Amino acid sequence: MASWKMKSILALTLALALAVWTFGPRPAEAVKRGGILKLVVGSKIPSYDGHRETTFGIIHPLRPFYSLLIRVNPDNPQSPTDFICDACAGKVPKPTDGGTKYTFKIRDDIWFHNGVKLTSADVKATYDKIIFPPKGVPSARKAFFTSVKSVTAPDSKTIVFKLKYASGAFIPALANPFNWIYSKADLDKHGTNWHKKNINGSGAFRFVQHKPGAFVEGKRYEKYHLKGKPYLDGYRAISAPKMALRMQAIRGNRAYIEFRGFPPKARDDLKKALGDKLRVQESDWNCNLLFTPNNKRAPFTDKRVRRALTLAVDRWGGSKYLSRIAIVRGVGGMVFPKHPLAATNEELKKIAGYWPDIKKSRKEAKRLLKEAGVNLNKTYIFSNRGVDQPYRVVGTWLIDQWRSVGLKFKQEVKPSPAFYASLRKKHDWDVSMDFNCQSVINPLADVSKFLSDDVSGNQYGQYQNRKLDKLFDQMNRASDVAKQRAFMREYEKEALETSAHQFITLWWFKINPHRSFVKGWKIAPSHYLNQSLDQIWLDR
Amino acid sequence: MSKYIFKRILLMIPTLVGAAVIVFFLLRAIPGDVCVLKMAGTGMYADPEAIRICQQELGIDKPLILGIDTQFVDFVWGFATFNLGESMWTGKSISGEIGLRFQLSLQVAIMATLTATVFAIPLGTISAIKQDTWIDYIVRTFSISGIAMPSFWLGIMIILGLLIITNKITGEPWMPPIEYTPFWVDPWANMSQLVWPAVATGFRYSAVATRMTRSALLEVLREDYVRTARAKGLLEKLIINRHALKNSLLPVTTVIGLEFAFLMGGLVVTEQVFNLNGLGKLFVESVLASDYTMTQSLVMLVAVVFILTNFVIDILYAWLDPRIRYS
Repeated sequence: MASWKMKSILALTLALALAVWTFGPRPAEAVKRGGILKLVVGSKIPSYDGHRETTFGIIHPLRPFYSLLIRVNPDNPQSPTDFICDACAGKVPKPTDGGTKYTFKIRDDIWFHNGVKLTSADVKATYDKIIFPPKGVPSARKAFFTSVKSVTAPDSKTIVFKLKYASGAFIPALANPFNWIYSKADLDKHGTNWHKKNINGSGAFRFVQHKPGAFVEGKRYEKYHLKGKPYLDGYRAISAPKMALRMQAIRGNRAYIEFRGFPPKARDDLKKALGDKLRVQESDWNCNLLFTPNNKRAPFTDKRVRRALTLAVDRWGGSKYLSRIAIVRGVGGMVFPKHPLAATNEELKKIAGYWPDIKKSRKEAKRLLKEAGVNLNKTYIFSNRGVDQPYRVVGTWLIDQWRSVGLKFKQEVKPSPAFYASLRKKHDWDVSMDFNCQSVINPLADVSKFLSDDVSGNQYGQYQNRKLDKLFDQMNRASDVAKQRAFMREYEKEALETSAHQFITLWWFKINPHRSFVKGWKIAPSHYLNQSLDQIWLDR
Repeated sequence: MSKYIFKRILLMIPTLVGAAVIVFFLLRAIPGDVCVLKMAGTGMYADPEAIRICQQELGIDKPLILGIDTQFVDFVWGFATFNLGESMWTGKSISGEIGLRFQLSLQVAIMATLTATVFAIPLGTISAIKQDTWIDYIVRTFSISGIAMPSFWLGIMIILGLLIITNKITGEPWMPPIEYTPFWVDPWANMSQLVWPAVATGFRYSAVATRMTRSALLEVLREDYVRTARAKGLLEKLIINRHALKNSLLPVTTVIGLEFAFLMGGLVVTEQVFNLNGLGKLFVESVLASDYTMTQSLVMLVAVVFILTNFVIDILYAWLDPRIRYS
């Protein structure tokens, strides 16, 4: 009997142990140090100056050389509101003085690669250059900081930003991955152009060499302020403009990862070829394709015609089918779908163009076109960019959508320089493809594309709508999220439905297949984010 | 001869100037500019002031031709003083950027030319001698397939083939390196990268040269002096080597020379397929980025290569055919 009891206890214990081993929490994987990460980059490097450039072509190879004041949390990059300190100490501070003052403490253990200690003076010089650039010095993101009144450094460890009004757009703007901290001494000694051709940062890696058109090489910075990091000995960012080559490079183990993203077909082919040797990370992407009617060209001067354009487009159906062949998926309004300020599906379904019943929607479109007396025998011009993913795929789909309400469009596909000349200056189109692609999710700034063209700077529909301008201003000055959200709904409805100026098609979808031995990197909703490489390690 | 060479060198000047002026105006006739593309091409917010400053820095806000301070004057001055300037996209010195790529393009061009020559002359000769036999048919099939097959397609097939075959054999797919290593640093790495594009381009190149060798030799073999040599009882081997082949090489030399010059700047697609950081890839990137200064310099470089190659071919003519004399 005792033996039977003993056996039962033993069996029960073993079963319990097995269950715990199988289903219980696993200890964190032991990080392996060393190795060189090889990544492929599909864009050319312009200058080395992050403050003036806007392409991921410098983020992927050069961002690891620099620190930011704050950054998107690398362990939780999917969150649009989770920011952590990088060069600052402790947590991201809460604002004081009614939301108009942010005081940051700078870390005491942070050095530039040339051995000089980083202080608040460097942070001040950096943000002065970004926010208040001297005359003739370009700053690509100056407009993100219109709420900032002053930047001061009362002592070597403190930096204070004073705002003109409390703004929810300020902290996300501060975490922008282009806001590299430069040394004040470099700026004072060499001037504001020095960083176009030189690198001296305080990031996880030190610059070794750049062979233009070939690669950028970085090696571990031993005095990096985040102790124990980076795990890699170094990295090599290899330039490879062709997507097919980048994909084969991962397949042939010439590169381990590409941070921008592949289309679904490439993911499937790679998975089929590599099986378990490949890991795929996927995410909604803070980029969307828009179609912009020429608000100054008949018949698109008539808001009924513009509204018919959006009513004809079946976004819900498109999301389902297009996502199999193109890098688009999310149905959303102006705001990145996962953000607290974004419209919920229920709210979206009330906006023209998002109605769940596409038949009803198209019937209304036809009615509006008839009422406006649109010539359906005429072929209109749809201008598109000569890039396959996702422009041409979505462009072809749009033409088919419009045909369903009787509108005929001819797609004119142009190389990028000609497309931009046409979009921005020539306006020789009836409807044009356009896109909005940002880094940190910052809806209060990102939706500025819908402002009047004399305010926005990148609105190409050629319209002025002072109601939108006013709503945008009110939204940016609103003190709490609920108020911001209410203004955002009003702003969205005015731009997408009531005045029907320009429209979102679908939001992009990011697919990053990479070699399974690349560990520690989590996909973010933007190809600009989480690129410091300090948390990546190679499991082999 | 020296007078002829001097005259040819002088003739290069108007040719180059003409090419330079044409490319200057053609480039600016294409809509779009590098600053707009840099700032707005990413879909991010494009600051109009930043675009304006960029245009000012690069001088593309200046008038094109009317006045003293114009883009054309800047261009002519740079050209006259051999100052290529800086790339509008990268801000780096153009001579430095081209220098980096020149070495790789030259090596691929030489390797492809060697591949082509090594195959083309013997195959074309055998094909002509064995005209209308099964050997001739095989060589003709080889050459027609080489012409029909674009080198970039062959390149893609080579990469895919290597990936599939090595995966089957070793369990891990292998493809040629995608980074260039100079020959003197690591000959193995260098060859394992460049031998494949050399084969891909050399195949088409050798196909053209094979057909040219065959038809030229067939023509020469029907000449009276060959018939006379045969009538004298000379050995066929001697007739081919000494009398026929040398004369038939005139058009083949032209083809090989022009193809070589073409390879120096024209390997646009093949370079992309193999990710070769050569002049062809730079050319495409510069045009797509509206990088006027870089594109102008590359066009000039290719023009110089073509002119020099033609010049060398002309000199070779005199050596190959004693009837040709330059005076």
